Amino acid sequence: MLLYILKRVVSAISVVVVTLVASFALFFLAPTDPAGTICGTRCNADRLAEIRSSLGLDEPPIEQIGGYMKGILVGRDYTTSGVVQHCDAPCLGYSYTLGQPVTKLLAQALPVTVSIVLGGAVVYLFFGVLFGTLSAQRRGGTLDRALIGSSIVINSIPYFVVAVLVALYVTVLPHSEYHPLLSNPLLWASGLVAAWLTLGLTNAAAYTRYSRASMIESLGQDFVRTARSKGISERRVVYRHGLRAALTPVVTIFGIDLAGQLTGAIFTEQIFGLPGIGVLTLRAFNQYDLPVLMGCVLLGSVVLVVMNLVVDIVYTVLDPRVRLG
Amino acid sequence: MSDQTLRGPETVVRTPRKAATGEAYLEVSDLRVQFPTADGTVDAVQGLSYSLPLGRTLAIVGESGSGKSVSSMAVLGLHDPRGTRITGSIKVGGKQVVGMSADELRRYRGADAAMIFQDPQSSLHPYFTIGDQIMESYRAHHKVSKRVAKAQAIDMLGRVGIPNPQRRISSYPHEFSGGMRQRAMIAMALVNDPKLLIADEPTTALDVTVQAQILDLIGDLQRDFGSAVVFITHDLGVVAEVADDVLVMYAGNAVEHGPVGKVLGAPLHPYTWGLLESLPALSGEPAPLHPIPGSPPSLLAVPSGCPFHPRCEFRDRVGGEHCTTVHPGLVPRTADTGRLSRCHLKDPDRVYQIEILPRLP
Repeated sequence: MLLYILKRVVSAISVVVVTLVASFALFFLAPTDPAGTICGTRCNADRLAEIRSSLGLDEPPIEQIGGYMKGILVGRDYTTSGVVQHCDAPCLGYSYTLGQPVTKLLAQALPVTVSIVLGGAVVYLFFGVLFGTLSAQRRGGTLDRALIGSSIVINSIPYFVVAVLVALYVTVLPHSEYHPLLSNPLLWASGLVAAWLTLGLTNAAAYTRYSRASMIESLGQDFVRTARSKGISERRVVYRHGLRAALTPVVTIFGIDLAGQLTGAIFTEQIFGLPGIGVLTLRAFNQYDLPVLMGCVLLGSVVLVVMNLVVDIVYTVLDPRVRLG
Repeated sequence: MSDQTLRGPETVVRTPRKAATGEAYLEVSDLRVQFPTADGTVDAVQGLSYSLPLGRTLAIVGESGSGKSVSSMAVLGLHDPRGTRITGSIKVGGKQVVGMSADELRRYRGADAAMIFQDPQSSLHPYFTIGDQIMESYRAHHKVSKRVAKAQAIDMLGRVGIPNPQRRISSYPHEFSGGMRQRAMIAMALVNDPKLLIADEPTTALDVTVQAQILDLIGDLQRDFGSAVVFITHDLGVVAEVADDVLVMYAGNAVEHGPVGKVLGAPLHPYTWGLLESLPALSGEPAPLHPIPGSPPSLLAVPSGCPFHPRCEFRDRVGGEHCTTVHPGLVPRTADTGRLSRCHLKDPDRVYQIEILPRLP
C-alpha cells in the first residue's frame, strides 16, 4: 500500500512536470504580448524593452522555463528597475498586473473555491444519492417520474443561466460574499449559501440519475435477495445492502467532478462575486497575466492527480476486494 | 456436467431416509404465481399443491422456467408484491404466508424458513465480512449483543465445517473458495434454526468434488436440526442422492409427485421418461441420447389441455382430443395411491415397462 502510494506520487509528479512544460510552451512562446499590454498605449521601444527584460521575456525559452522550475524548487531573484527582489520557493513568479507573488494570489483564492465546492458537494451528494435511491426503489412510479423528469429539465438549462436566475431572483438567500471560515463561521456560511444551493441542486439533478442507475443495478443483485431472505427490514435491505454496493460507481464520478470543480468553479464564482480560483484564472486570461495563469494551471493539475489518487485509495475502503498494488 | 448427472437411474434404489411421519410442516395448496407484464400475464406457477413433514427432503425437479424457483421464492415471500399476483395457500408451521404483511414476513423469513441460493459468489454481499452477514441474520431474530451473535456465528461456521472459524469470521466472501462460500451461506441460513430450509440449486455453481461435500453437509445438518428441506435442482443425480420425495414440474405445473425410488425407478409421466432418456449412460455401448423433442412453452401462452401435449409422443394413445383440450388432474394413476401424475394415459406403468425401460441406457 505504501509502496503503491509512493509509485503513484512519482507518476503524479511526472504528470505535473509534463503539464508545466506543455503549458509553459503554450503560454510563454505563443504570440501573446504581455509586455505590450503592461506598457499600454503610450509606449515607446525603450520602455517596452525594459519591461521585457524585467519580465525575463528577452531570455531564450529554455532559460525562461529553467528559471521558472528553479523558482518552484529553490526560489529565485527578480530584478525590477535595478532593485533585486527575492522570491521564496515555491516561487511561481509575480503577477504582471497586480505585482504580487502568484503563490499569495493562489493562497487567497483557493479557500474560496474549496469552500464553494465542498459545501456544494455536500448538498449534491446528499440530495442526489437520496433522490436516486428513492427513485430506484419506486422505479416507474410517480415519484420516480417526477424526480427524473425534473432532473432532466434542470440539466437541460445551461448552468450559468440557473446561477444568474438564482443570483437575481432568489432574494431570500443571504447576500453572497466571501468571509474566511476561521474569522467568522456564520458569516462564511451565510455568504456561501446561495452558491452552495445553486451548485448543489443543479449537480444533484445529475447525481440523482447516476445514483438511480447504480441503485437499480444493485437492487437487482443476488445479494440483495439474500438480504431480504434473512428477515431484516426493507430499509436495511435497501440502505445497508443495496446502497453500499451502489456507492462505488457514484464515488468514481464524484472524484472526477470534484477535481474539475476545484480547479475553479468559474460560473459560480463569477456570478456570485466570490473571488476564487476560477475568477483569478479568468482575470489572468483576459489580461495576459501569464504567471498567474501558469499558477492556476499548475494548481489544477496538482488537484487532478491528487484527487485521482484519493479516489483510488477510497476504493480500497469502499470495496474490500480492491487491493492496491 | 457433474458425475451425479451421469449416474443412471439404476442407482436410485435406496430406502427413504425416514418414513413420512407426522403432519406437514410446509403445506402448499393451489398456489398460483402470476407476473403481469406488458406482453401479457406470465403464469409461472399454476395451481401447485404439495406438503412436506419435518425431517423429510423434497426435491423439485424441472427445467428453467418450470416454476420450481418461483414457487419456492413464494414460500419465502420473496416476490415483489407490486409485480406479482399470488393466490392459493402456503402454510409453514401453521402460518399462512400468502398475504402476510411486510412486518410479519420480516419476522417469518429467516426464522421459520430460510433459503440457500444457487451461486454463493453473487448471493453473499461482497462488501461485508462473512461474520457480519451471519451475525446480521442472527440479530434480525434475536435481541442479543454483538458479542453473543459473534459467538453464535463462530459456532455455526464450525458446524458447517469451516476450519478455524474464529479467524475466518472476519474474512470477506472473495477470500473464501466456492465450497467454503456455500458452507458460509448454509451457516447463515441455519443460524436461526429454521424448521424449513429451501436449497435452490445449491451445488450448481460448485465443482464436482465440492458438490458431493455440500450435499452431505446439508443431509447431516438436516438430521441434526430435524428440518424439512426443499431441494430445487435440475440434476437427477442430486435428486437420487438427497431426496425422499420428488416433485417434477413442467410449465408451471406439478406433473409427477411421489417417493424418489418410485418416481425415478418407474416414472408414470412422459415428461419424466424424457428426462431419464436424456441422461447419458456411464457404462456399456455409447448410444445416441433420446432427448425430448421441441422446447418448453412460453409461460405467456401455456398450451391448452395438457401443457406437455405438443412435445408428447404418446398423445395418440389417448382417445379423442383429450390431450389438447382437457387439463389432466394430478391424481393417482395406478394402484399405488402414494404417487401422483398428471397424464391422460390409461396404463402409464405398462408403457414404461414395455417401451421406455428397454430404451434407457
